[in-house]
Amino acid sequence: MSATHIGWSGLAASLVLVAVAVGLSGWQRLHLSRSVLWACARAAAQLFVVGWALKLVLDPDAPVVWAWLWVAVMVVFSGVTIRNRAREVPGIWALGTVAMLVVVVVSLAVILGFGMFPVEGRTIVPLAGMMIGNSMTASVLVGRRIVGELRDKRDEVEARLALGHAWPDAARPYVRSALRTALVPQIESTKAVGLVFLPGAMTGLVLAGVDAADAVSIQLAIMYLILGSVATSITVIGLGLTRRLFTPDHRLRRVVRSPG
Amino acid sequence: MLAFEAVRVTTDDGAELLHGVDAAVCPGTVTVLAGPSGAGKSTLLRLGNRLEVPSHGVVRFHGRDVADLDPLELRRRVGMVFQKPVVFAGTVRENLHVADAHADDLSLGRVLERVGLGVALLDRQADDLSGGEAQRMCIARALLTRPEVLLMDEPTSSLDPANRRAVEALARELAAEGLGICWVSHDLDQVRRLTDRVVVLVEGRVADAHEAARYLGAGDARGADDAGTARDARGGDDAGAAGDAGGRAGERPA
Ligand SMILES: Nc1ncnc2c1ncn2[C@@H]1O[C@H](COP(=O)(O)OP(=O)(O)O)[C@@H](O)[C@H]1O
Ligand SMILES: [Mg+2]
Repeated sequence: MSATHIGWSGLAASLVLVAVAVGLSGWQRLHLSRSVLWACARAAAQLFVVGWALKLVLDPDAPVVWAWLWVAVMVVFSGVTIRNRAREVPGIWALGTVAMLVVVVVSLAVILGFGMFPVEGRTIVPLAGMMIGNSMTASVLVGRRIVGELRDKRDEVEARLALGHAWPDAARPYVRSALRTALVPQIESTKAVGLVFLPGAMTGLVLAGVDAADAVSIQLAIMYLILGSVATSITVIGLGLTRRLFTPDHRLRRVVRSPG
Repeated sequence: MLAFEAVRVTTDDGAELLHGVDAAVCPGTVTVLAGPSGAGKSTLLRLGNRLEVPSHGVVRFHGRDVADLDPLELRRRVGMVFQKPVVFAGTVRENLHVADAHADDLSLGRVLERVGLGVALLDRQADDLSGGEAQRMCIARALLTRPEVLLMDEPTSSLDPANRRAVEALARELAAEGLGICWVSHDLDQVRRLTDRVVVLVEGRVADAHEAARYLGAGDARGADDAGTARDARGGDDAGAAGDAGGRAGERPA
């Protein structure tokens, strides 16, 4: 599986394309040269640090506590990322972090509890990463959708409240539609798997010489876990966020529309 | 039975929309809340069923501060009809079931007939109703919780004149049956047609008799002159009818 070794010369070659981007910026006066160079330098620095740390964590001799620490850092960063991508959603940072924590705890409990994979850095870190990565995207989507739905359908929500409905009832049709929107892509990609695309994990396992039947069962398990993780995270976000958007005396709060 | 006492409303960013308003809605009466756009009429109305809460002052229902009542119970006893008909997805029956999930077709038919719609409409998609039908359905839906007060926020502003008259007549009938109705309007002809009692709101305060006369007088001037040359308050002052309107508003503020 080392066919992807590109070496220093290969890396240097990729800089040619950065030069193209900088050239374009100068030629068309986009004033982006500095941003491009800064982004590239930052990516390099981040990846070197991460790569070095990953090496420590994934080392079979390293204590497994490093892996858990790594997962904790991933949870915190995913919370920050969710906040950055859904700034108009009130309290999304705490909510997103909690959702990711729940996802990690539940999925790793299943994976390790049933002994699907050994408890090692090289299993814990990528599995948690996959669960968090997929859940994070869905969480951002569902958070923005719920806020958008309840803002666009404010008339309807208030009409339901005015008929004496409690906030969970008044919000339900709109929150439900937001949850569906977030879950459907995951369901679709689960349905299409094998027919339209071969998932990376399975390809990797087959290339690495694992028996195809084993690869299939591992891949299936991972897909199910991702589906469950996404469902778990959007449920946590859905319940927590909806509560935040109403007052205890069943009034719909006003959320300021953020630019962009 | 619904009373606003020196209520003030402050927005999240600190602007005060109502600066101490007193008003009351009585059983068997249509109270008209008149005033120019942006005066705070909707805001005052929304205090009545606690979609809004006052920063100062109290709202009382049967003498009790609504802050001490269960908001869900209050909202079933103080119904609201919004400016634009609010139609939920689904059939008319499903819309009505939002107000009373256990009502059978017989009682749904009765309430539809009460607002001048036929029972045949129950299976219609609510989105397909005309503006007038939709607003009547909304009134029917509000009546299903058996309210004692009905708050109506410019309920006819999106309707044609015939439907407007019909809904006004319906409101008067409901009042005659004992309902307390608070009807927001900035249509001065409508104010005159409807009113038992009128409260004029201007810039977040109840207008005094003189101000109210000027505001209502502007409508007289406009009514007399169909071209609508005298839309502003100053025009009303010049109009001969202002004195008459002043007398009425002076007698009747709540
Ligand atoms: N939540 C709010 N935040 C800020 N301003 C508001 C809010 N609600 C209403 N307003 C403003 O308060 C004023 C009164 O509004 P409203 O009660 O709807 O007036 P009316 O119904 O008499 O036209 C308007 O200028 C409106 O823009
Ligand atoms: Mg209004």
